[in-house]
Amino acid sequence: MKIQLAKLAHARSGDKGDTANVGLIALREEFYPLLTRKVTAERVKEHFNGVVKGEVERFELPNLGALNFLLHESLGGGGTLSLMTDAQGKTFSTALLRMQIEVSDNEAAELGLAARTED
Amino acid sequence: MKQKIRVAAGQGFWGDLLDAPVRQVEGGPIDYLMLDYLAEVTMSIMQKQKARDPNAGYARDFVPLMKRILPTCVERNIKVTANAGGVNVRACADAVREVARELGLAGKLKIGIVTGDDILERVDDLIGRGIELRNMDTGEPLSSVRDRIQSANAYLGAAPIVEALKEGAQVVITGRVTDTGLTLGPLMHEFGWAADDWDKLAAGTIAGHIIECGAQCSGGNCQYDWQNIPDMANVGFPIAEASPDATFVITKHDGTGGRVNVQSVKEQLVYEMGDPYEYITPDCVADFTTIHLADDGADRVRVFGIKGRSATDSLKVSISYSAGYKAVGTLVYAWPDAYAKAKAADQILRMRLDRLGLRFDQVLTEFVGANATHGILAGEPSTDIAEVQLRVGVRGNDRAAIERFTKEIAPLILTGTPAVTGFAGGRPKVEEIVAYWPALIPKSEIKSQVEILDV
Repeated sequence: MKIQLAKLAHARSGDKGDTANVGLIALREEFYPLLTRKVTAERVKEHFNGVVKGEVERFELPNLGALNFLLHESLGGGGTLSLMTDAQGKTFSTALLRMQIEVSDNEAAELGLAARTED
Repeated sequence: MKQKIRVAAGQGFWGDLLDAPVRQVEGGPIDYLMLDYLAEVTMSIMQKQKARDPNAGYARDFVPLMKRILPTCVERNIKVTANAGGVNVRACADAVREVARELGLAGKLKIGIVTGDDILERVDDLIGRGIELRNMDTGEPLSSVRDRIQSANAYLGAAPIVEALKEGAQVVITGRVTDTGLTLGPLMHEFGWAADDWDKLAAGTIAGHIIECGAQCSGGNCQYDWQNIPDMANVGFPIAEASPDATFVITKHDGTGGRVNVQSVKEQLVYEMGDPYEYITPDCVADFTTIHLADDGADRVRVFGIKGRSATDSLKVSISYSAGYKAVGTLVYAWPDAYAKAKAADQILRMRLDRLGLRFDQVLTEFVGANATHGILAGEPSTDIAEVQLRVGVRGNDRAAIERFTKEIAPLILTGTPAVTGFAGGRPKVEEIVAYWPALIPKSEIKSQVEILDV
Protein backbone atom coordinates (compact mmCIF):
# COMPACT_ATOMS: atom_id res chain seq x y z
CA MET A 1 0.00 0.00 0.00
CA LYS A 2 1.08 3.59 -0.54
CA ILE A 3 1.49 5.88 2.47
CA GLN A 4 2.14 9.61 2.36
CA LEU A 5 5.10 10.85 4.42
CA ALA A 6 2.78 13.38 6.12
CA LYS A 7 1.33 10.38 8.01
CA LEU A 8 4.78 9.25 9.18
CA ALA A 9 6.82 12.35 9.81
CA HIS A 10 6.97 16.06 10.56
CA ALA A 11 9.61 18.33 9.12
CA ARG A 12 11.30 21.72 9.16
CA SER A 13 13.34 23.27 6.37
CA GLY A 14 15.67 26.21 5.97
CA ASP A 15 18.45 27.57 3.79
CA LYS A 16 22.21 27.92 3.48
CA GLY A 17 22.90 29.95 0.39
CA ASP A 18 21.44 28.15 -2.62
CA THR A 19 21.01 24.92 -0.65
CA ALA A 20 17.78 24.05 1.14
CA ASN A 21 17.84 21.63 4.04
CA VAL A 22 14.91 19.51 5.10
CA GLY A 23 14.93 17.74 8.46
CA LEU A 24 12.45 14.86 8.35
CA ILE A 25 11.43 13.64 11.82
CA ALA A 26 9.58 10.37 12.48
CA LEU A 27 6.23 10.97 14.19
CA ARG A 28 6.81 7.76 16.17
CA GLU A 29 10.16 6.13 16.92
CA GLU A 30 9.10 2.90 15.22
CA PHE A 31 8.59 4.71 11.89
CA TYR A 32 12.26 5.70 11.71
CA PRO A 33 13.65 2.44 10.21
CA LEU A 34 10.97 2.59 7.52
CA LEU A 35 11.87 6.19 6.67
CA THR A 36 15.58 5.32 6.59
CA ARG A 37 14.92 2.47 4.15
CA LYS A 38 12.47 4.24 1.85
CA VAL A 39 13.34 7.91 1.85
CA THR A 40 16.74 7.67 0.19
CA ALA A 41 18.70 10.58 -1.30
CA GLU A 42 17.89 9.22 -4.79
CA ARG A 43 14.20 9.04 -4.02
CA VAL A 44 14.18 12.62 -2.71
CA LYS A 45 16.08 13.86 -5.76
CA GLU A 46 13.44 12.19 -7.95
CA HIS A 47 10.60 13.64 -5.85
CA PHE A 48 11.97 17.18 -6.31
CA ASN A 49 12.68 16.64 -10.01
CA GLY A 50 12.73 20.04 -11.71
CA VAL A 51 12.80 21.91 -8.38
CA VAL A 52 16.22 20.77 -7.12
CA LYS A 53 18.88 21.32 -9.80
CA GLY A 54 21.86 19.92 -7.89
CA GLU A 55 22.62 16.86 -5.83
CA VAL A 56 20.74 15.61 -2.77
CA GLU A 57 22.73 14.50 0.29
CA ARG A 58 21.27 12.59 3.20
CA PHE A 59 22.45 12.37 6.82
CA GLU A 60 21.04 10.06 9.49
CA LEU A 61 20.27 11.12 13.07
CA PRO A 62 18.98 7.95 14.74
CA ASN A 63 19.22 9.73 18.11
CA LEU A 64 16.46 12.12 17.02
CA GLY A 65 14.64 9.68 14.73
CA ALA A 66 15.42 12.14 11.95
CA LEU A 67 16.97 12.35 8.51
CA ASN A 68 18.54 15.54 7.19
CA PHE A 69 18.52 16.24 3.47
CA LEU A 70 20.59 18.87 1.71
CA LEU A 71 19.01 19.91 -1.60
CA HIS A 72 21.71 21.72 -3.54
CA GLU A 73 20.96 24.41 -6.14
CA SER A 74 17.31 24.65 -5.29
CA LEU A 75 16.70 28.26 -4.20
CA GLY A 76 17.19 30.25 -7.41
CA GLY A 77 20.61 31.50 -6.31
CA GLY A 78 19.65 31.75 -2.64
CA GLY A 79 19.48 34.60 -0.18
CA THR A 80 18.88 38.06 -1.57
CA LEU A 81 19.74 36.98 -5.15
CA SER A 82 16.73 34.68 -5.37
CA LEU A 83 13.49 35.91 -6.91
CA MET A 84 11.49 33.06 -5.41
CA THR A 85 8.62 33.61 -2.96
CA ASP A 86 10.26 30.96 -0.82
CA ALA A 87 13.87 32.08 -1.20
CA GLN A 88 14.62 30.65 2.25
CA GLY A 89 13.28 27.19 1.45
CA LYS A 90 10.91 27.27 4.39
CA THR A 91 8.16 25.31 2.63
CA PHE A 92 10.38 22.53 1.27
CA SER A 93 9.47 20.72 4.50
CA THR A 94 5.86 20.13 3.56
CA ALA A 95 6.79 19.63 -0.10
CA LEU A 96 8.77 16.58 1.03
CA LEU A 97 5.83 15.38 3.15
CA ARG A 98 3.83 15.01 -0.09
CA MET A 99 5.95 11.99 -1.02
CA GLN A 100 4.22 8.60 -1.19
CA ILE A 101 6.16 5.52 -0.15
CA GLU A 102 5.29 1.89 -0.78
CA VAL A 103 4.85 -0.13 2.42
CA SER A 104 4.03 -3.84 2.51
CA ASP A 105 0.65 -4.68 4.07
CA ASN A 106 2.43 -6.69 6.78
CA GLU A 107 4.72 -3.88 7.80
CA ALA A 108 1.87 -1.36 7.67
CA ALA A 109 -0.16 -3.59 9.98
CA GLU A 110 2.77 -3.98 12.39
CA LEU A 111 3.18 -0.20 12.52
CA GLY A 112 -0.53 0.30 13.04
CA LEU A 113 -0.90 2.00 9.66
CA ALA A 114 -3.12 -0.50 7.89
CA ALA A 115 -6.50 0.24 9.44
CA ARG A 116 -9.18 2.15 7.57
CA THR A 117 -7.08 2.84 4.48
CA GLU A 118 -10.07 2.21 2.22
CA ASP A 119 -12.19 4.94 3.80
CA MET B 1 29.21 28.27 41.72
CA LYS B 2 25.52 28.37 40.90
CA GLN B 3 24.06 24.97 40.08
CA LYS B 4 21.61 26.31 37.51
CA ILE B 5 22.02 29.13 35.03
CA ARG B 6 19.02 30.28 33.04
CA VAL B 7 19.80 31.90 29.68
CA ALA B 8 16.70 33.43 28.06
CA ALA B 9 16.41 34.22 24.36
CA GLY B 10 14.79 37.57 23.63
CA GLN B 11 14.96 37.95 19.83
CA GLY B 12 15.10 35.36 17.05
CA PHE B 13 16.16 37.98 14.50
CA TRP B 14 16.28 41.77 14.15
CA GLY B 15 12.59 42.57 13.82
CA ASP B 16 11.22 39.87 16.12
CA LEU B 17 8.47 40.62 18.70
CA LEU B 18 9.56 43.85 20.36
CA ASP B 19 8.19 42.97 23.80
CA ALA B 20 9.65 39.47 23.97
CA PRO B 21 12.86 40.50 25.80
CA VAL B 22 10.86 42.54 28.31
CA ARG B 23 8.65 39.56 29.00
CA GLN B 24 11.68 37.34 29.45
CA VAL B 25 13.08 39.72 32.07
CA GLU B 26 9.81 40.31 33.89
CA GLY B 27 8.08 36.94 33.49
CA GLY B 28 10.17 34.85 35.88
CA PRO B 29 13.69 34.13 37.07
CA ILE B 30 16.54 34.33 34.52
CA ASP B 31 20.27 34.93 34.84
CA TYR B 32 21.07 36.04 31.29
CA LEU B 33 19.15 37.63 28.46
CA MET B 34 20.59 36.70 25.07
CA LEU B 35 19.72 38.86 22.03
CA ASP B 36 20.67 38.02 18.47
CA TYR B 37 20.24 40.92 16.07
CA LEU B 38 22.47 40.12 13.11
CA ALA B 39 21.28 38.31 10.02
CA GLU B 40 23.77 37.62 7.27
CA VAL B 41 23.23 40.82 5.30
CA THR B 42 22.38 43.10 8.24
CA MET B 43 26.01 44.27 8.45
CA SER B 44 25.85 45.88 5.00
CA ILE B 45 22.81 47.96 5.98
CA MET B 46 24.68 49.05 9.09
CA GLN B 47 27.82 49.95 7.09
CA LYS B 48 25.68 52.24 4.91
CA GLN B 49 24.12 53.87 7.97
CA LYS B 50 27.56 54.43 9.48
CA ALA B 51 28.85 55.97 6.23
CA ARG B 52 26.06 58.55 6.46
CA ASP B 53 26.34 59.09 10.21
CA PRO B 54 29.46 58.12 12.20
CA ASN B 55 27.26 57.55 15.27
CA ALA B 56 25.01 55.00 13.51
CA GLY B 57 25.61 51.43 12.29
CA TYR B 58 24.16 49.31 15.08
CA ALA B 59 20.77 47.80 16.03
CA ARG B 60 19.01 50.95 17.19
CA ASP B 61 16.09 49.05 18.79
CA PHE B 62 18.52 47.82 21.41
CA VAL B 63 18.87 51.23 23.09
CA PRO B 64 15.16 51.85 23.89
CA LEU B 65 14.93 48.21 24.96
CA MET B 66 17.77 48.75 27.44
CA LYS B 67 15.97 51.81 28.71
CA ARG B 68 12.98 49.63 29.56
CA ILE B 69 14.78 46.71 31.16
CA LEU B 70 18.09 47.96 32.57
CA PRO B 71 16.74 48.95 36.01
CA THR B 72 15.28 45.48 36.50
CA CYS B 73 18.41 43.82 35.11
CA VAL B 74 20.59 45.75 37.56
CA GLU B 75 18.25 45.10 40.48
CA ARG B 76 18.09 41.35 39.85
CA ASN B 77 21.61 41.03 38.44
CA ILE B 78 20.43 39.79 35.06
CA LYS B 79 23.24 40.03 32.51
CA VAL B 80 22.72 40.77 28.84
CA THR B 81 24.67 39.42 25.86
CA ALA B 82 23.77 41.00 22.53
CA ASN B 83 25.39 41.31 19.11
CA ALA B 84 23.54 44.60 18.74
CA GLY B 85 26.76 46.53 18.11
CA GLY B 86 26.77 45.77 14.39
CA VAL B 87 29.59 47.72 12.73
CA ASN B 88 29.71 50.43 15.41
CA VAL B 89 29.89 48.65 18.74
CA ARG B 90 31.41 51.68 20.44
CA ALA B 91 28.55 54.01 19.44
CA CYS B 92 26.01 51.43 20.59
CA ALA B 93 27.73 51.10 23.96
CA ASP B 94 27.93 54.89 24.33
CA ALA B 95 24.19 55.17 23.65
CA VAL B 96 23.44 52.48 26.24
CA ARG B 97 25.71 54.24 28.75
CA GLU B 98 23.84 57.48 28.14
CA VAL B 99 20.52 55.76 28.80
CA ALA B 100 21.86 54.07 31.93
CA ARG B 101 23.00 57.44 33.32
CA GLU B 102 19.60 58.98 32.57
CA LEU B 103 18.08 56.14 34.57
CA GLY B 104 20.25 57.02 37.54
CA LEU B 105 22.38 53.89 37.21
CA ALA B 106 25.74 55.69 37.15
CA GLY B 107 28.31 53.63 39.05
CA LYS B 108 25.98 50.64 39.19
CA LEU B 109 27.06 48.70 36.10
CA LYS B 110 29.77 48.09 33.54
CA ILE B 111 29.33 47.64 29.82
CA GLY B 112 31.58 45.21 27.95
CA ILE B 113 32.50 45.91 24.34
CA VAL B 114 33.71 43.17 22.00
CA THR B 115 35.32 44.19 18.70
CA GLY B 116 37.85 42.90 16.22
CA ASP B 117 35.39 41.18 13.88
CA ASP B 118 35.28 44.00 11.31
CA ILE B 119 37.86 43.37 8.57
CA LEU B 120 36.43 45.64 5.86
CA GLU B 121 39.48 47.93 6.00
CA ARG B 122 41.83 44.95 5.85
CA VAL B 123 40.46 43.19 2.79
CA ASP B 124 43.09 44.51 0.33
CA ASP B 125 45.89 43.68 2.74
CA LEU B 126 44.53 40.14 3.23
CA ILE B 127 44.11 39.50 -0.50
CA GLY B 128 47.58 40.98 -1.08
CA ARG B 129 49.04 38.45 1.33
CA GLY B 130 47.43 35.55 -0.50
CA ILE B 131 44.38 35.08 1.72
CA GLU B 132 41.88 34.79 -1.09
CA LEU B 133 38.66 34.59 0.95
CA ARG B 134 37.16 32.24 -1.63
CA ASN B 135 33.39 31.88 -1.64
CA MET B 136 32.59 28.71 0.35
CA ASP B 137 29.73 27.88 -2.03
CA THR B 138 31.18 28.72 -5.44
CA GLY B 139 34.96 28.61 -4.86
CA GLU B 140 35.47 32.02 -6.51
CA PRO B 141 38.15 34.30 -5.00
CA LEU B 142 36.91 37.50 -3.36
CA SER B 143 38.96 39.60 -5.79
CA SER B 144 36.24 38.98 -8.40
CA VAL B 145 33.84 41.26 -6.48
CA ARG B 146 36.46 43.42 -4.73
CA ASP B 147 35.07 46.78 -5.88
CA ARG B 148 31.54 45.89 -4.77
CA ILE B 149 32.17 44.80 -1.17
CA GLN B 150 30.04 46.57 1.43
CA SER B 151 30.95 44.80 4.65
CA ALA B 152 33.29 42.05 5.84
CA ASN B 153 33.16 40.55 9.32
CA ALA B 154 34.67 37.48 10.90
CA TYR B 155 32.42 35.50 13.21
CA LEU B 156 33.88 35.69 16.71
CA GLY B 157 33.09 32.99 19.27
CA ALA B 158 32.37 32.85 22.99
CA ALA B 159 35.89 33.66 24.26
CA PRO B 160 35.71 37.47 24.22
CA ILE B 161 32.27 37.35 25.85
CA VAL B 162 33.71 35.22 28.65
CA GLU B 163 36.49 37.77 29.07
CA ALA B 164 34.04 40.69 29.27
CA LEU B 165 31.91 38.87 31.86
CA LYS B 166 35.02 38.03 33.88
CA GLU B 167 35.82 41.74 34.03
CA GLY B 168 32.42 42.38 35.52
CA ALA B 169 30.36 43.52 32.53
CA GLN B 170 26.62 43.47 33.13
CA VAL B 171 25.82 44.15 29.49
CA VAL B 172 28.09 42.70 26.78
CA ILE B 173 27.70 44.33 23.38
CA THR B 174 29.39 42.75 20.40
CA GLY B 175 29.62 43.05 16.65
CA ARG B 176 29.60 39.89 14.54
CA VAL B 177 29.63 37.11 17.13
CA THR B 178 28.00 33.75 16.44
CA ASP B 179 24.46 33.40 17.77
CA THR B 180 25.56 30.35 19.73
CA GLY B 181 28.48 32.22 21.34
CA LEU B 182 26.02 34.58 23.02
CA THR B 183 24.69 31.61 25.02
CA LEU B 184 27.88 29.56 25.35
CA GLY B 185 29.87 32.54 26.71
CA PRO B 186 27.71 32.94 29.83
CA LEU B 187 27.83 29.19 30.56
CA MET B 188 31.63 28.99 30.19
CA HIS B 189 31.96 31.97 32.49
CA GLU B 190 29.56 30.76 35.18
CA PHE B 191 30.67 27.14 35.25
CA GLY B 192 34.35 27.70 34.53
CA TRP B 193 34.35 25.36 31.53
CA ALA B 194 37.78 25.17 29.92
CA ALA B 195 38.24 26.37 26.36
CA ASP B 196 39.19 22.81 25.33
CA ASP B 197 36.47 20.93 27.21
CA TRP B 198 34.93 20.06 23.85
CA ASP B 199 31.92 18.08 25.05
CA LYS B 200 30.77 20.88 27.35
CA LEU B 201 31.44 23.54 24.74
CA ALA B 202 29.43 21.52 22.21
CA ALA B 203 26.56 21.24 24.70
CA GLY B 204 26.55 24.99 25.34
CA THR B 205 26.69 25.58 21.59
CA ILE B 206 23.69 23.34 21.00
CA ALA B 207 21.79 25.05 23.82
CA GLY B 208 22.47 28.29 21.94
CA HIS B 209 21.35 26.79 18.63
CA ILE B 210 18.06 25.62 20.13
CA ILE B 211 17.12 29.03 21.55
CA GLU B 212 18.72 31.35 18.96
CA CYS B 213 15.61 31.48 16.76
CA GLY B 214 13.43 32.56 19.66
CA ALA B 215 9.97 30.99 19.76
CA GLN B 216 10.77 28.69 16.85
CA CYS B 217 11.60 26.03 19.47
CA SER B 218 8.67 26.82 21.77
CA GLY B 219 5.67 26.41 19.48
CA GLY B 220 6.30 28.92 16.70
CA ASN B 221 6.37 27.51 13.17
CA CYS B 222 5.88 24.07 14.74
CA GLN B 223 4.27 21.50 12.45
CA TYR B 224 3.77 18.88 15.10
CA ASP B 225 0.21 19.16 16.42
CA TRP B 226 0.12 22.85 15.50
CA GLN B 227 -3.66 23.03 15.77
CA ASN B 228 -3.50 22.33 19.50
CA ILE B 229 -0.56 24.46 20.62
CA PRO B 230 -2.12 26.76 23.23
CA ASP B 231 -2.25 30.55 23.39
CA MET B 232 0.17 31.37 20.58
CA ALA B 233 -0.77 35.05 20.87
CA ASN B 234 1.07 34.96 24.18
CA VAL B 235 3.90 32.65 23.04
CA GLY B 236 6.69 32.18 25.55
CA PHE B 237 10.26 32.58 24.34
CA PRO B 238 12.70 29.82 25.24
CA ILE B 239 15.03 29.54 28.22
CA ALA B 240 18.01 27.18 28.45
CA GLU B 241 18.41 26.11 32.07
CA ALA B 242 21.93 24.71 32.20
CA SER B 243 23.85 22.73 34.81
CA PRO B 244 27.62 22.63 35.42
CA ASP B 245 27.81 19.12 33.91
CA ALA B 246 26.62 20.60 30.59
CA THR B 247 23.21 18.98 30.55
CA PHE B 248 20.38 21.43 30.18
CA VAL B 249 16.62 21.83 30.05
CA ILE B 250 14.78 23.87 27.42
CA THR B 251 11.75 25.55 28.94
CA LYS B 252 9.79 28.84 29.04
CA HIS B 253 8.21 31.02 31.72
CA ASP B 254 5.07 29.78 33.49
CA GLY B 255 1.87 31.37 32.28
CA THR B 256 3.06 31.90 28.71
CA GLY B 257 1.61 30.31 25.58
CA GLY B 258 3.21 28.05 23.04
CA ARG B 259 4.68 24.66 23.86
CA VAL B 260 8.09 23.17 24.56
CA ASN B 261 8.18 19.43 23.94
CA VAL B 262 10.51 16.89 22.38
CA GLN B 263 8.95 17.48 18.95
CA SER B 264 9.20 21.27 19.04
CA VAL B 265 12.86 21.03 20.06
CA LYS B 266 13.61 18.44 17.36
CA GLU B 267 12.14 20.71 14.71
CA GLN B 268 14.46 23.51 15.78
CA LEU B 269 17.49 21.19 15.98
CA VAL B 270 17.18 20.27 12.30
CA TYR B 271 16.58 23.87 11.20
CA GLU B 272 19.28 25.09 8.78
CA MET B 273 21.27 21.95 9.52
CA GLY B 274 24.18 20.91 7.34
CA ASP B 275 26.27 17.85 8.14
CA PRO B 276 24.97 16.98 11.64
CA TYR B 277 28.24 15.26 12.54
CA GLU B 278 30.12 18.54 12.11
CA TYR B 279 28.40 21.69 13.34
CA ILE B 280 31.38 24.02 13.16
CA THR B 281 31.64 27.15 15.31
CA PRO B 282 34.66 29.21 16.38
CA ASP B 283 34.49 27.44 19.76
CA CYS B 284 34.22 23.74 18.88
CA VAL B 285 32.77 21.20 16.47
CA ALA B 286 29.48 19.91 17.85
CA ASP B 287 28.10 16.50 16.94
CA PHE B 288 24.32 16.60 16.55
CA THR B 289 24.16 12.82 16.28
CA THR B 290 24.96 12.61 20.02
CA ILE B 291 22.08 14.78 21.25
CA HIS B 292 19.56 13.05 23.47
CA LEU B 293 16.20 14.53 24.38
CA ALA B 294 13.79 13.51 27.14
CA ASP B 295 10.48 14.81 28.33
CA ASP B 296 11.03 16.51 31.74
CA GLY B 297 7.48 17.55 32.60
CA ALA B 298 5.19 20.19 31.14
CA ASP B 299 7.04 22.52 28.76
CA ARG B 300 10.41 21.08 29.78
CA VAL B 301 12.77 19.04 27.62
CA ARG B 302 16.02 17.68 29.03
CA VAL B 303 19.01 17.63 26.66
CA PHE B 304 22.03 15.44 27.44
CA GLY B 305 24.79 13.17 26.10
CA ILE B 306 26.30 15.75 23.75
CA LYS B 307 29.79 15.18 22.37
CA GLY B 308 32.08 17.67 20.69
CA ARG B 309 35.47 17.84 19.04
CA SER B 310 38.26 20.38 18.86
CA ALA B 311 37.68 23.68 17.10
CA THR B 312 39.09 24.22 13.61
CA ASP B 313 41.89 26.65 12.68
CA SER B 314 39.56 28.92 10.70
CA LEU B 315 36.83 31.43 11.32
CA LYS B 316 33.94 32.02 9.00
CA VAL B 317 33.79 35.45 7.42
CA SER B 318 30.54 37.04 6.34
CA ILE B 319 31.05 39.43 3.43
CA SER B 320 28.32 41.39 1.68
CA TYR B 321 28.61 42.83 -1.81
CA SER B 322 26.44 44.72 -4.21
CA ALA B 323 25.01 42.34 -6.83
CA GLY B 324 22.69 44.32 -9.10
CA TYR B 325 19.01 45.08 -8.81
CA LYS B 326 15.69 43.32 -8.68
CA ALA B 327 11.97 44.04 -8.68
CA VAL B 328 8.88 41.90 -8.21
CA GLY B 329 5.45 42.76 -9.63
CA THR B 330 2.14 41.10 -8.80
CA LEU B 331 -1.47 41.07 -10.07
CA VAL B 332 -4.42 38.92 -9.04
CA TYR B 333 -6.70 37.01 -11.47
CA ALA B 334 -10.15 35.74 -10.43
CA TRP B 335 -12.39 32.80 -11.35
CA PRO B 336 -13.17 31.41 -13.86
CA ASP B 337 -9.93 30.04 -15.37
CA ALA B 338 -7.86 32.20 -13.03
CA TYR B 339 -4.68 30.21 -13.63
CA ALA B 340 -5.04 30.24 -17.43
CA LYS B 341 -5.62 34.01 -17.39
CA ALA B 342 -2.57 34.61 -15.20
CA LYS B 343 -0.44 32.41 -17.49
CA ALA B 344 -1.62 34.28 -20.59
CA ALA B 345 -0.90 37.62 -18.91
CA ASP B 346 2.63 36.43 -18.14
CA GLN B 347 3.16 35.61 -21.82
CA ILE B 348 1.91 39.04 -22.86
CA LEU B 349 4.22 40.72 -20.36
CA ARG B 350 7.24 38.73 -21.49
CA MET B 351 6.62 39.55 -25.15
CA ARG B 352 6.44 43.23 -24.29
CA LEU B 353 9.67 43.05 -22.28
CA ASP B 354 11.33 41.33 -25.27
CA ARG B 355 10.11 43.94 -27.73
CA LEU B 356 11.46 46.67 -25.50
CA GLY B 357 14.82 44.95 -25.82
CA LEU B 358 15.16 44.63 -22.05
CA ARG B 359 17.71 42.10 -20.91
CA PHE B 360 17.74 40.52 -17.45
CA ASP B 361 19.96 37.95 -15.76
CA GLN B 362 16.81 36.20 -14.60
CA VAL B 363 13.06 36.44 -15.03
CA LEU B 364 10.98 34.25 -12.72
CA THR B 365 7.21 33.80 -12.90
CA GLU B 366 5.29 32.19 -10.07
CA PHE B 367 1.55 31.66 -9.70
CA VAL B 368 0.68 32.15 -6.04
CA GLY B 369 -2.20 29.88 -5.14
CA ALA B 370 -1.06 27.34 -7.69
CA ASN B 371 2.66 26.61 -7.49
CA ALA B 372 4.70 29.34 -5.80
CA THR B 373 5.84 27.20 -2.89
CA HIS B 374 5.74 23.57 -4.04
CA GLY B 375 6.30 24.08 -7.78
CA ILE B 376 5.37 21.17 -9.98
CA LEU B 377 4.90 19.00 -6.87
CA ALA B 378 1.62 20.86 -6.33
CA GLY B 379 0.21 19.47 -9.58
CA GLU B 380 -2.01 21.29 -12.08
CA PRO B 381 -4.43 23.65 -10.28
CA SER B 382 -8.17 23.17 -10.66
CA THR B 383 -9.89 25.29 -13.35
CA ASP B 384 -12.32 26.16 -10.58
CA ILE B 385 -9.67 27.81 -8.37
CA ALA B 386 -11.02 31.09 -6.91
CA GLU B 387 -8.00 33.25 -7.70
CA VAL B 388 -4.34 33.16 -8.64
CA GLN B 389 -1.70 35.80 -8.05
CA LEU B 390 0.70 36.34 -10.94
CA ARG B 391 4.10 37.17 -9.46
CA VAL B 392 6.92 38.12 -11.83
CA GLY B 393 10.42 38.92 -10.62
CA VAL B 394 13.38 40.22 -12.63
CA ARG B 395 17.01 40.61 -11.69
CA GLY B 396 20.01 42.18 -13.44
CA ASN B 397 22.80 44.76 -13.33
CA ASP B 398 21.07 47.32 -15.54
CA ARG B 399 19.03 49.45 -13.19
CA ALA B 400 17.24 51.20 -16.05
CA ALA B 401 15.94 47.89 -17.40
CA ILE B 402 14.59 46.94 -13.97
CA GLU B 403 12.94 50.39 -13.67
CA ARG B 404 11.28 49.89 -17.06
CA PHE B 405 9.95 46.51 -15.97
CA THR B 406 8.19 48.11 -12.99
CA LYS B 407 6.22 50.29 -15.41
CA GLU B 408 4.93 47.34 -17.46
CA ILE B 409 2.84 45.71 -14.69
CA ALA B 410 -0.07 48.14 -14.20
CA PRO B 411 -0.82 48.42 -17.93
CA LEU B 412 -1.74 44.72 -17.90
CA ILE B 413 -4.93 45.67 -16.11
CA LEU B 414 -6.37 47.47 -19.16
CA THR B 415 -4.35 45.72 -21.86
CA GLY B 416 -4.26 42.09 -20.74
CA THR B 417 -6.50 39.23 -19.71
CA PRO B 418 -9.75 39.87 -17.75
CA ALA B 419 -10.92 39.65 -14.12
CA VAL B 420 -7.68 41.18 -12.88
CA THR B 421 -7.08 43.34 -9.82
CA GLY B 422 -4.64 43.92 -6.99
CA PHE B 423 -2.53 46.86 -8.07
CA ALA B 424 -3.38 49.08 -5.13
CA GLY B 425 0.20 49.20 -3.90
CA GLY B 426 1.44 51.09 -6.98
CA ARG B 427 4.52 50.30 -9.04
CA PRO B 428 6.93 47.71 -7.70
CA LYS B 429 10.06 49.11 -6.07
CA VAL B 430 13.52 48.58 -7.51
CA GLU B 431 15.72 47.02 -4.84
CA GLU B 432 19.48 46.98 -4.74
CA ILE B 433 20.64 43.44 -4.13
CA VAL B 434 23.20 43.03 -1.39
CA ALA B 435 24.41 39.46 -1.64
CA TYR B 436 26.19 37.29 0.88
CA TRP B 437 29.69 35.90 0.39
CA PRO B 438 30.73 33.31 3.00
CA ALA B 439 34.46 32.61 3.30
CA LEU B 440 37.03 31.25 5.73
CA ILE B 441 39.99 33.05 7.30
CA PRO B 442 42.81 31.61 9.43
CA LYS B 443 42.09 32.21 13.11
CA SER B 444 45.54 33.74 13.55
CA GLU B 445 44.42 36.72 11.43
CA ILE B 446 41.67 37.76 13.84
CA LYS B 447 42.31 39.27 17.26
CA SER B 448 39.23 40.14 19.26
CA GLN B 449 39.37 43.07 21.66
CA VAL B 450 37.48 43.53 24.89
CA GLU B 451 36.97 46.88 26.54
CA ILE B 452 35.02 47.75 29.68
CA LEU B 453 33.08 50.99 30.06
CA ASP B 454 32.05 52.24 33.48
CA VAL B 455 28.64 53.85 33.52
